[in-house]
Amino acid sequence: MNSKSFTICMLFAVLFLALWQLLAQGSEMPTPGQVAVVSLDFLREPFYDAGPNDKGIAILVGYSLLRLMSGFALASVVAVVLGVILGRCPTLFAAVNPYIQILRSISPIAWMPLLLYSVKDSEMTAFFVIFMASLWPTLANTAFGVNNIRKEYLNVAAILQMKPLEKFFKVILPAAGPAIVAGLKISMGSTWVALIPAEALLGSLGLGYFVWNEWNNLSLPSVIFAILTIGVVGVAVDWLFSRLARRLAYSD
Amino acid sequence: MSQNHTGPASLADPFSASTRLVHDHAAVSSSSPVDGESAMLRAVESSVVRRIFGGNDVSRRTFMKMLGASSAMAVINSVFPLEAAKAMALDAIGPIEKKDVRIGFMPLTCGTPIVMAHPMGFYKKYGLTEAQPYKASGWAMIRDWADYTQMLAPMPIAMTLGLGSPKIPFLTPALENVNGQAITLRMDHKDVRSAKDMKGFVFAVPFDYSMHNLLLRYYLAEGGVNPDTEVQIRILPPPEMVANLKAGNIDGFLSPDPFNQRAVYEKAGFIFMLTRDIWPGHPCCAFTASKKFAEEAPNTFKAIFRAIIDATMFSSNPDNRKDIARAIAPRNYLNQPVEVVEQVLTGQFPDGLGNMCHVPERIDFDPFPWDSMAVWILSQLKRWGYLKGDVDYRGIAEQVFLAADCASVMKEMGFKAPDTTYRKHVIMGKEFDPDKPEEYLAGFTIRKA
Repeated sequence: MNSKSFTICMLFAVLFLALWQLLAQGSEMPTPGQVAVVSLDFLREPFYDAGPNDKGIAILVGYSLLRLMSGFALASVVAVVLGVILGRCPTLFAAVNPYIQILRSISPIAWMPLLLYSVKDSEMTAFFVIFMASLWPTLANTAFGVNNIRKEYLNVAAILQMKPLEKFFKVILPAAGPAIVAGLKISMGSTWVALIPAEALLGSLGLGYFVWNEWNNLSLPSVIFAILTIGVVGVAVDWLFSRLARRLAYSD
Repeated sequence: MSQNHTGPASLADPFSASTRLVHDHAAVSSSSPVDGESAMLRAVESSVVRRIFGGNDVSRRTFMKMLGASSAMAVINSVFPLEAAKAMALDAIGPIEKKDVRIGFMPLTCGTPIVMAHPMGFYKKYGLTEAQPYKASGWAMIRDWADYTQMLAPMPIAMTLGLGSPKIPFLTPALENVNGQAITLRMDHKDVRSAKDMKGFVFAVPFDYSMHNLLLRYYLAEGGVNPDTEVQIRILPPPEMVANLKAGNIDGFLSPDPFNQRAVYEKAGFIFMLTRDIWPGHPCCAFTASKKFAEEAPNTFKAIFRAIIDATMFSSNPDNRKDIARAIAPRNYLNQPVEVVEQVLTGQFPDGLGNMCHVPERIDFDPFPWDSMAVWILSQLKRWGYLKGDVDYRGIAEQVFLAADCASVMKEMGFKAPDTTYRKHVIMGKEFDPDKPEEYLAGFTIRKA
């Protein structure tokens, strides 16, 4: 961002706050000042622990990130393995592709009642919702990437008489790398989006729970603080992941 | 065994022909068991044997002489599961299997005893040193949530029957609160006087299987309004009811407190009628356990049963209500302004129309789960089509609402408890006789089934 963009960016912020203040004054919406006061209150003691239903904001963010990472990690492994298999077998890919298209267009939250009914555990349900949110973009992208690997690479692998595992790590993964990483990035984004409502609906500790608990108290300044936190953490996660992905891409 | 045994009668060997099982406060014989456990077992045997012979000690002694002790025991065992009775009695003093029980609650004043038992030390008192109340986000979720949970009184009945959920046997050892609900209407409905004026309204209730739903339907139907065709009843979580009332999306709701009072606090509505004026002393929320869990950890079940009864009796004392309000209002529990919680618990509250009301029994706490209440709930579930076909009213009521057990635990703890588990209830002036639920049901003109 150059200095000109930065100035414009800051100008937008000031404009937004001024507009907010103007609209909120005299109405029941909290003003930026009220939100700031509440936010400082939460940020002053981010690690407090006042029982199983009341923890500091940093601890809640920790819970959300842990849930995000565990579901994302497992889903990514499954999605890449399945994606490679499908990418290598075009006939099978064509056969199951309609199902993948249907499944990926289903909001992960829609699975929740069914999951809760069958696994009967809110933590496991949250985990599976995250898993479902993570799976499809990576799976589809991986299959697509592997399917489009240049024939020459595979011919070379055949000439060198590579074993399947060796071929997987030395040829397929690097060649399909950019497509897979793009899929992972989409997955990460959609997972973060699914995580908040899942936590709110399931009452699992995390940022989603925080939103729900403050909503229960009809405390709008706290809810706005929670919305801002979700945005900031989401951007931070995305930024970190992009850095990581760039590194993977360079090794290609 | 000494021939002239004169120890405490309940500790004498009931299978001996020579002992007397009548009380005669004489000196303790050396042959009566001394350690606590065998004394307990002997007491159980005696009470079982005494009960079999109807207190007639002469016929018992004749019987024992004829058969001899060991074969007598075998005969009695075949008609009465003596070993099971012994095991049950021992549980009362047995070690707690699970100290860190998870107790689910909804952030409502209905669950006051379940919640306040934590900050005010009732769980600890009964050996549940690490018991933690966990806040649940919705009624549909609460059943999977914890070892023990707060539920709306009709829920354990519905779940035991498999209505709207998998069929899981649930137990209600004790109620949480009685009363504690209200009909709240939007500010522009100030002129509403009765159900007749509510035709076309959109109402919200917290759950299908709730007293809220059943009482709202009852109230409307008594006023000649068909709740299925002449109004809309939606399911909404209580905090959303207040927001929706404010936004004008609903005309009113029958909600658990503190959300009726919260609507007044937010100037979103006014309290039209407390449900205690529909049915004084009606059940609201229940303390429940899955049957499976209660059987797997019976000592924990007994400990928590006692803790809840103790906490509920403590909550029923109006002098304690202000302290309770302060203990349960924080973010870890109800997350509500203390003022609102206090207005509900003390029954001194503004109604939203400028009047200060004094209704001490606005919410009250009484653990006794009358089986007749369960029968009423079943009759209404059938009335509105949630439950179809023939209903074994008493069978289900007694299977779910453990009124008899509650009475014996209450008495054991030194509290007064009713001697029966059924009684007649009067709801809006109409008597309900638990012996005649089908006739009662047939008496309603507005009904679905």
